[in-house]
Amino acid sequence: MSSLNDVAGPQQRQFNPYTENGGTILAIAGTDFSVIAGDTRQSEGYNIQTRYAPKVFRLTDRAVLAVNGFAADGNMFVKKVKQRLEWYRHAHAKDMPLHAIARLIQTMLYARRFFPYYVYNILGGIEDDGSGAVYSFDPVGSYERETCRAAGAAQSLVQPFLDNQIYFKNQQPAPGTSFPAHLPLPIVLKLVIDSFTGATERHIEVGDGLEMYVVLAKGRDLSGLEGIVGLQELSTKSDGERIFVIRRELKKD
Amino acid sequence: MDHFPTNWGRPRNDAFDAYATFPIHQRPSNGPKDAFSQGVQRTQQPIVTGTSVLAIKFKDGIMMAADNLASYGSLARFKDVQRLQPVGEYTVIGAGGDMSDFQYIQSLLDDLVVEEFTNQDGHGLGPKEIHEYLSQVMYGRRTKINPLWNSILVGGVKDGQRFLAYVDLLGTTYSASTLATGYGAYIAQPLLRRAVEGREDTLTQEEATKIIEDCMRVLFYRDARSLNKYQIATITASGASISDSKALETSWGFAEGIRGYGAQTQ
Amino acid sequence: MTSIGTGYDLSASTYSPDGRIFQVEYANKAVENSGTIIGLRVKDGVVIAVENLVHSKLLMPGANRRIQTADRHVGLASAGFLADGRHIANRAREEAANHRDTYRTPVPLKTLAGRLGLYIQAYTLYSSVRPFGISTVVGAVDKDGPALYVIEPSGVFYGYHGAAIGKGRQLAKTELEKLKLAELSTREAVTEAARIIYAVHEDSKEKEFELEMSWIGDETDGLFVPVPKDLREEAERKAKEAIEGDFE
Repeated sequence: MSSLNDVAGPQQRQFNPYTENGGTILAIAGTDFSVIAGDTRQSEGYNIQTRYAPKVFRLTDRAVLAVNGFAADGNMFVKKVKQRLEWYRHAHAKDMPLHAIARLIQTMLYARRFFPYYVYNILGGIEDDGSGAVYSFDPVGSYERETCRAAGAAQSLVQPFLDNQIYFKNQQPAPGTSFPAHLPLPIVLKLVIDSFTGATERHIEVGDGLEMYVVLAKGRDLSGLEGIVGLQELSTKSDGERIFVIRRELKKD
Repeated sequence: MDHFPTNWGRPRNDAFDAYATFPIHQRPSNGPKDAFSQGVQRTQQPIVTGTSVLAIKFKDGIMMAADNLASYGSLARFKDVQRLQPVGEYTVIGAGGDMSDFQYIQSLLDDLVVEEFTNQDGHGLGPKEIHEYLSQVMYGRRTKINPLWNSILVGGVKDGQRFLAYVDLLGTTYSASTLATGYGAYIAQPLLRRAVEGREDTLTQEEATKIIEDCMRVLFYRDARSLNKYQIATITASGASISDSKALETSWGFAEGIRGYGAQTQ
Repeated sequence: MTSIGTGYDLSASTYSPDGRIFQVEYANKAVENSGTIIGLRVKDGVVIAVENLVHSKLLMPGANRRIQTADRHVGLASAGFLADGRHIANRAREEAANHRDTYRTPVPLKTLAGRLGLYIQAYTLYSSVRPFGISTVVGAVDKDGPALYVIEPSGVFYGYHGAAIGKGRQLAKTELEKLKLAELSTREAVTEAARIIYAVHEDSKEKEFELEMSWIGDETDGLFVPVPKDLREEAERKAKEAIEGDFE
C-alpha cells in the first residue's frame, strides 16, 4: 500500500539556479572583417518570453561578443566584461586588443569554474594585425581562435552547414584549384542569413529577429555592405575599425 | 491523520507536477535532514503564493492586473491581498510567487524610495531603474542559492517613455509589449499578444481595460489558484493609480449541459 | 566663565569643580553664532525656517540648502558646524530607516529625537572625541500629530511649540511667544516664519541671506518638503512689507 507519506518521505529537491533560454549565435571571420550574429528570441521551455532580447553586444570599436545559454548569466557576464574593458580604458587610454579580451574572458569564466556562468561565448572582431578573428569559448573558459563557429540551441543544425560551406568539408576542389581560406563579405552575409532562416525553420527556439554585427578592419572600404537596407553604423571613430549592425526579421512561429 | 497542511488536498501522485502548476508546489520532507543543510535554512519552495500577473502597453502607458488571492498550497488562504504595488511616482510592480518574499521586496523598495526622497535632489527613480535594481537583487540572491521566489512585472512611464519588463527568481529579465507571469504565461499571453501586438500606440485605456478584464476572466475559469477578485493598475504620464478590487462577471450555466463525468448519472 | 584656563576645559570627559563640562559649553558657542533657525509647531503641521547666510557672492543661489530630510515625514535643520549637521542628518536617516525595518511603521519624532539625543550625548563622554557643535531642530507629523524638538550639543532635547536657535534666537523667541501657535494653519505659519526670520536678520552688520523654508501639514500629503516657490515668495513679500511698516 502506498500512502502519501511514502511519496513525501525521501523527496528533497534542490533549487536549480539555472535555466536555458534558447536562441542561437554564430560568427565568421574574413581576412579583414568579421561577422557576429544572433537571433533575438528569448524562450523558456515552450514559452516565448520576448521576441527581442539582444544576444550580441558591441564591446569596443573592434570587438563584438555574442552570448548564448542562460540569459541572466549572459547579461551579467557581458556587464562584467564591459566593466573590465572600461577599467582598461581608464588605465591605458586605449581599447583592449581582441586577443587580450579573449584571454580576459577565459579568466573570468574560469574564475567561476565551480559555479559556472552557463553561457557559450563567441567573440568576434579585428586583431591588432588587421585580420578578422573569431574566438569561441565553453562555459568554463576553454577557448580557441577559429574561422567560424555556431553555438546555442541550433548549433547542431548550423555548424555542419558552416563546416561544409566555409571549411568546404566533404567537398573536393576542382582539379588544379584549391579552396579559399576566407570568403568575401557578401558571401558570408548570405551564409549567415541562410543559417538563421534554416535554423528558424527547423528549431522552435530560433526566430523572431536577426542581428548581424559586421566589424571592418582599419582602412578597409565598405565593399560588401553597399545597398544593404537598414545598415546602421555603431563605430565611435571613422579612422579606425568600423562596426555596423544589420537587422532582419525572422519567422515568428 | 496527516498533520502537515501542505500535504492536504493533493493529487495522489504528485512526485512530479503533472499540471505544470507554477510555482511548482512541493511538499516538505519531514524525514531526517543532512547535517550540513540544517546549518542554514534557505527558501526551497514558496509557501503562501500569488498566481499570475498580467501587463500590457497601451496608448498612454502601462496597464497591469493581478487578483487578490494568496494561496497556501491548494487552500485559498488570504482573499484580500494586494499584489500590485506603486513604487515611487512613476512605477507599479506586480508579483506572483511567494508572498512573504514579495513583502520583503516591498520593504527593500520602500527603503530605496525613502533614501531617494531624503536626498531631495529632484531625481526620482523611474521604472527602468527600479527594474534594474530588482534584477540585481534577484540575480544576487539566486547566485547565493537563496532565491526570492517571485516572478515580478515592472511597469511605468517616465519622461514620456513607457517601460514594461519582467524579472524572476533566477534573475532572468526581458521586456515586451505584453507580459504575463505564472499560469498567465500559458493562458493569457497568447490572448494578450493577439489583442495588443502592433496596436501598442493606438489602444485606448478603455480597450486596454477590456483586454485585461477578458484575460483575467479566462484565467479565473482555468487557473485553480485564482480568484474572481482582482485589481488593475494604470500608469500614465500623470502618475500611477491602482483600482479598488473588482469582481469578475462569470457564467457557469454551461456546466449544466456537460455530460459524461461528475455526479450526474445520465 | 572664571574657571577658563584652569585645565578643566580641555576634555569632554572631565568636569570642572563646579560640575560643568566646558567642552559642551564651547560647543554651544558654535551654535550661538550661526544663522537663525526657527521651528513652528502649529495646528496641522510644522514649519522650519532658516536664515541661510550667504558668505560669498560666488555661491549659487538655492544650491546650498540647510534644511534636510530624514524620512518622508521628518525634516531637520542644524545651527553650528554645518558638517556636523550633515552627519547628524545621516544618522537620523539611518535611525528612521532602522525603525521602519524593525516596526514597519514611520518613526515617531519623540523616538527619533531620543535616539539622536543619545547619539550626541555619547560625544560628551570621552576625551578622544569632541562634542557636536550643533543644535538641531527636528520637525514632523507622526501618528500623534505635529511634533517639534530641539537637540542640543549636550544631548538634551526638548519638545516645543515654537523653537529658535542661532544668532537671532532671543528676538525670534519673543516673536514666537506672541503667536497663537496651536491655532495657526501651516500656511499662516509660513508667513509668520518668514516675517520672523526677516525681523531678526540684522541688515546693517550682516551679510546677505536666503530665506529657506520647509513644511509638513495638511497640504503636503504627509511629506516634509520645501515650501512651494510661489508661497515662499509671497511670504517674503509680506515679510518685507511688515519690516518696512515697523520703520515708519
